[in-house]
Amino acid sequence: MSDLLNVTHMTHYFGGLRAVHNYNLNIKPQQITGLIGPNGAGKTTIFNLITGVYTPTEGQISLENQSIVGLETNEIAAKGLGRTFQNLALWRHMNVLDHIRMAHYSQLNYGLFGAFFNTPACRRQEAEVEENAYRLLELFDIRQHADQLVVNLPYGAQRRVEMARAMATRPKILFLDEPTAGMTPDELVQMIKIIRQVHRDFNVAIFLIEHRMKFVMELCQHIQTLVFGEVIAEGPPEEIQNNPEVIEAYLGKEDLT
Amino acid sequence: MESLTDILQYFIQNLINAAQRGSFYAVISIGYSMVYGVLMLFNFAHGDIFMVGTYIGFGIATLFLAIFAGLLPAPLIFLSTVVVTMFLASWIGVFVEVAGYRPLRQAPRASAAITGLMIGIIFETGILILLGAKRLSFPPLMESVTYNIGGVYFTNVKVMIIIISLLLMLALHGFIQKTKWGMAMRAMSYDFLAVPLMGVSINIIAPLTFAVGAGLASVAGILYGQAYPILDPYMGVIIGWKAFVAAILGGRGSIKGAALAGYLLGFIEIFVATIFPSTLRDLIAYSIILIILTFRPRGFFGMEHSTKLRL
Repeated sequence: MSDLLNVTHMTHYFGGLRAVHNYNLNIKPQQITGLIGPNGAGKTTIFNLITGVYTPTEGQISLENQSIVGLETNEIAAKGLGRTFQNLALWRHMNVLDHIRMAHYSQLNYGLFGAFFNTPACRRQEAEVEENAYRLLELFDIRQHADQLVVNLPYGAQRRVEMARAMATRPKILFLDEPTAGMTPDELVQMIKIIRQVHRDFNVAIFLIEHRMKFVMELCQHIQTLVFGEVIAEGPPEEIQNNPEVIEAYLGKEDLT
Repeated sequence: MESLTDILQYFIQNLINAAQRGSFYAVISIGYSMVYGVLMLFNFAHGDIFMVGTYIGFGIATLFLAIFAGLLPAPLIFLSTVVVTMFLASWIGVFVEVAGYRPLRQAPRASAAITGLMIGIIFETGILILLGAKRLSFPPLMESVTYNIGGVYFTNVKVMIIIISLLLMLALHGFIQKTKWGMAMRAMSYDFLAVPLMGVSINIIAPLTFAVGAGLASVAGILYGQAYPILDPYMGVIIGWKAFVAAILGGRGSIKGAALAGYLLGFIEIFVATIFPSTLRDLIAYSIILIILTFRPRGFFGMEHSTKLRL
């Protein structure tokens, strides 16, 4: 199977600081890949580099064999890359339904004229989007919050809004930045279930940053360990779990089971 | 001895005047708030965009009156002047964003702020060179009729100014709430990191925001020209600053706040002038605003942005 996402020899400097060094990544369609590493290792930087927030100093990034280096974030997103953020980049005072409607932006192709006169074509598109939005809300179990402002939602529900929003952009690959950060055990169980469901129902590949080992080991088919901007080990979960270098550099004495 | 009816008449009379004045501030200050919401910067050229918009309105009105007067009904000439002026003036907004602010998106905020001031000066001197120092007079687009209802005097022009302003704000509300661009603008004001991930290009939303602000300001200019028909290249300075005050008082980035504060400003100015000598009007009016801001430093609807990253 050909690669969905391909990163080769990516290096990035912030001023004189080398944040990422010679980073390589292959993600095949529908594969779940994990990125682990201590705080400050450069994990989120890698997300930002691939999603176009920063442009790498060196290296190649291609999505479905097309280079995406130097493209704007919105162009990369339109090519099929969705993302959530570590500390929830939600629009606090917008309601849940509007979040999902907004995520259909690329799929709404009416012009100013159509919007001004509210043409039938424009109305039809909006109706389709709304229908699709409700379907997503149902799937992520947030339908009951549709008219609420996200700022008033419980944390777990906010996380699900962010994920539903990312899925509404119809990504081929979904980047999740610590999807379980700050969750209660109950919310965590639900999140694992949702990620599995998303993976199955949308045929999407997933690239995730996570600190909870149990979660990573359970979900991912392939894991990379990043320390000081460099991958020190990668492979399937059982290999990473037993890699002495990984245990020393990152996992320490943490119980892996 | 003043009777209660006299006082009531006097009050309503001033209320209408205040609503007219407030309409100008409200419509103009929205332009500041929208740009702030999207780009987190104040467009200090906005007062001068209002001025240029007024000149464009003047040009279109003069042209249309010369061609269509007598042929078409006055309201139709008025309407077409508004529509055409809005369209042309919105390109001034696009120009300011693309030529002035876009190259400085990564620059420190202070640089962007002075960019606005410089563009303002360029516009002022540009108009001065183009049209000379002679003051021009805005042609009336409708015949003024004075009504007297229960001792309260008002003109059809005044009523029209208030109604058109309210309609404009209503239309803007629909645009912001319903359309995809409006949603993107709202989203940007809460967190702009996630907005491009929805496939939204900042290079579309930013100029569009400037365009809407400039379009609104130009209509305010036409209406202003109906109430105070003198055009002057520096007319945008004072009114621009006052509208800016309204934008801050309303709460940074809040469109609703800017509109309400615009009207409040109009009311304070007019009612201060009814009590105190008019030379003291701005001194007292803006001291009141200062006191309000002391107690509500964020303005009426101001809030924190969740992402501090600069564009």
